[in-house]
Amino acid sequence: MFLAQSSPYLQPGLNVSKMMRVVTLLMVPGILTATYVFGYGVLINILLAIVFALSFEAIILYLRKRPVKVYINDNSALLTAVIIGVAIPPLAPWWLTFVGVFFAIVVAKQLYGGIGYNTFNPAMVAYAILLISFPAQMTTYWQTPAMLLSQVDGQTLSLLETVQFQLFSQLPANVTMDALTSASPLGIVRTSVLSGAATIAEIDAQGNAFGVFGGIGTEWVNLAFLAGGLFMLRKGLISWHIPISLLAMLGFLSLLFGSFELDSNPSPMFHLFSGATMLGAFFIATDPVTAATTPKGRIFYGAGIGALIYIIRTWGGYPDAIAFSVLLMNMCVPLLDYYTQPRVYGHKVENNDQEQS
Amino acid sequence: MKQPIKNSQTQQSIAGSIKAGLYKLWSFPGGIKLPGNKSQSNHQPITSAKTARQLVIPLTQHIGQAAEPVVQVGDKVLKGQILGHAHGVISAPVHASGSGVVSAIEERPIPHPSGLSALCVVIDTDDYEQCVEYTPLIRENKVSEAQAGETRENSADKQSISDLSNEDINSQIADAGIVGLGGALFPAAAKLHTAEKMHTETLIINAAECEPYITCDDVLMRYRPEEVILGILLIKKVVGAKKCLIGIEDNKPEAYEALLNAISGYTHTHKTTHTEPQIEIIPVPARYPAGGEKQLIQVLTGKEVPSRGLPMDIGIICHNVATAASVYQAVYRGEPLITRIVTITGGAIKVPQNMEVPIGTPIRDVLTQAGLNEDKIEKVIMGGPMMGFALPSIDIPVTKATNCLLISEKDELATPPPAMPCIRCARCSDSCPMSLLPQQMYWYAKSRELDKLQEYNIFDCIECGCCSYACPSNIPLVQYYRYAKNEITNEAEERNKADLARKRHEFREERLEKAKLAKAEAARLRKEKLAKKKALDAEKAKQEEAEGTSSDAKSDSKVSEKSTDSVDLIQEAIARAKIKKAQQQSQRKNTENLTEDQQKQINEANERRRKKSQTE
Repeated sequence: MFLAQSSPYLQPGLNVSKMMRVVTLLMVPGILTATYVFGYGVLINILLAIVFALSFEAIILYLRKRPVKVYINDNSALLTAVIIGVAIPPLAPWWLTFVGVFFAIVVAKQLYGGIGYNTFNPAMVAYAILLISFPAQMTTYWQTPAMLLSQVDGQTLSLLETVQFQLFSQLPANVTMDALTSASPLGIVRTSVLSGAATIAEIDAQGNAFGVFGGIGTEWVNLAFLAGGLFMLRKGLISWHIPISLLAMLGFLSLLFGSFELDSNPSPMFHLFSGATMLGAFFIATDPVTAATTPKGRIFYGAGIGALIYIIRTWGGYPDAIAFSVLLMNMCVPLLDYYTQPRVYGHKVENNDQEQS
Repeated sequence: MKQPIKNSQTQQSIAGSIKAGLYKLWSFPGGIKLPGNKSQSNHQPITSAKTARQLVIPLTQHIGQAAEPVVQVGDKVLKGQILGHAHGVISAPVHASGSGVVSAIEERPIPHPSGLSALCVVIDTDDYEQCVEYTPLIRENKVSEAQAGETRENSADKQSISDLSNEDINSQIADAGIVGLGGALFPAAAKLHTAEKMHTETLIINAAECEPYITCDDVLMRYRPEEVILGILLIKKVVGAKKCLIGIEDNKPEAYEALLNAISGYTHTHKTTHTEPQIEIIPVPARYPAGGEKQLIQVLTGKEVPSRGLPMDIGIICHNVATAASVYQAVYRGEPLITRIVTITGGAIKVPQNMEVPIGTPIRDVLTQAGLNEDKIEKVIMGGPMMGFALPSIDIPVTKATNCLLISEKDELATPPPAMPCIRCARCSDSCPMSLLPQQMYWYAKSRELDKLQEYNIFDCIECGCCSYACPSNIPLVQYYRYAKNEITNEAEERNKADLARKRHEFREERLEKAKLAKAEAARLRKEKLAKKKALDAEKAKQEEAEGTSSDAKSDSKVSEKSTDSVDLIQEAIARAKIKKAQQQSQRKNTENLTEDQQKQINEANERRRKKSQTE
């Protein structure tokens, strides 16, 4: 007797572990750019998140009597951790990461049944919970991108100082929180322009929100994530449907509304290249487990997220909106998948007669 | 005269010809690029297998009913002699592939996905290789020139295809036991006959050979292109197709050129035949499963075969190149299908090659001749690595279905690690050439929701294996679908059986009830009659007593008596008729005691009718 097995027998080229690893690796350009712009806090966050995530994952898998090594090796917890690490403020205290990772891995993922069974994107569940529970830490702990600003009083922390601050909240003697941090470009636009306190031109004159083509500082981070994302598309790791429809919808809406009131609506480029737009479009919204699966469904899914991002950024209560948009669209996935089934080969398009009868 | 293919084309690369846009191609959704692994075996010419000591020839090598054995144990048979006659409409005869003595007719294991055995004729071969005398319909040119005197007398001496009648060709094909060699194994004559009746417009010849490793069609086209072309012309004549498209994957430039040359050679030597139909060779992009019948039709014509329908429903018939070549052999040489070209390849084979193997040769003999490294064998796969199946042993015969023997060594093919949970990445649906949703079907198959599976069109799945190959979680998706299809079919059969039994039971009850009622009715009538008679008698007696005898009164009462009698008789007759009717009804219903197949047909027809009425 030789080895019996059902066809096909060809060695497939891809597995989940490799997929997740490559996606994580393709985030590296974005991470390095973010570190350059926002300081060492980004790296420390990611490192902490990875340690917490793998520990939680291992513990829960053990409790659930699953083969720990097999599931840890799928690298899905790693990817979730890296996304959380990039998403939260660079100067966030360690416990913020801890709480976030706990909700992501334990609650949003494992309690729903582990990889493949979660309805909501774990990293975005973590982000949303943190944003609602700890609004102060989540919005103010963004280190000023001092090297990119013309401000002279901007201060930065060294690696050691950053570690000290994040773990023990000790700042060096001559440094204050206010001097160290500043609001994000999206935040500035939100608080001043959209509330009518200032016009786009006035803010532009201040020089702390608009960079070369997007939000100051974040434009480069977005560019780096875009590069990683395009590489994923090229390699066939993700399909084009979600990111392209997301960006197209966001760009379209900002163009549409921007063309009515140029004074109070930032340009499409600003929307596309600030906040977490590119990270969200290529690395978060494309999470296979929680996204729609049919081609048409994915287009609706991406476009829905894009629309929600614009709506929440413009008229909602938060400066950025990736997390809420993604979570809201996660809820629509079963519906989208059901109503966007492709026409199967050899089946005619359902005609009106049939619907009438 | 019409030149089917532009000759300038021969000098161009195939990719170039696609770009040149000579023929509009369509695309099919999904599909995957696979490593070809064809170069190992497609460089040598076709070798021939030695005749084995013992040939085991299964009587079932085709779709449909098994052939009926016409030889007996101890009979001496010649090569090409018929061993089993076709039995039924969809069946094919089986011939001896070597001369010798029939040593047994018994159940032997055959290469089959489920490891079945089947009735086989076992021939102990002698060394004489004696052949029956073949009667070709057309003599090949060289033969007719060499033995001009002899062949002139021969009744079968026809010089060109147009001299032959469709019936002659088709009966020759039927007698040769030719079946679809692309894998379907459908008796070719039956298919051609139906196609002829259905006014088929287009003949598509499948030369795509999209599965990795397999090269038997490739070498056939390279080394015997004339046979392929002549075979195609024969098929084309029989079905009466107006045009013929040969779909070939663009990774076979040598085969493409060989066919082109063969066509131009043919048109050159047959200048007089102006009506010669056009044959176009169309390179299609190599993307698995471009050689799937439905996909090839879609790529070449842009049409889709209706779900649960046949290509003939849209005026197309599809045949494999190897089938065409065996049609040629049957018509031009009178040779039945007793050999086939088999690709022998894989890591455990020292000299991968294509071999012409007599049907019934033990696989072990074939492999040994190609240099088998038996210690290295990990898997023995018959067919390609995407749709083939693993054989439990190599001591089973080569059949008409054996297009490839892939003998893999360790680490050559996948031995999948345990399946991980589905991450809904949709790679399966992105790769599905039928636009199905494999992921949803997987969930429903796993939870055994058979209704839902049918809603998701599981029966449109062609089991090409793209989804399983694409799955990053190593889920054996196709295996789930095969299981589910089986379950659905079984369940439907069970239900049909139960329905039938219930109906029979209900009917029996009804019949008994009716009979009982009729009996009771009859009894009542009889009683009434008796009572009436009694009353009459009594009255009569009274009358007689009271009034004395008067002839008038007597005659009167007699008349009335007669009339009541006749009424009674009528009623009795009605009752009898009722009983008889009930019985007849039951008898008529009993003739509906149909076989399962018939019942199935009826059910299907009803189902179709129901659907049709719904859609209308």
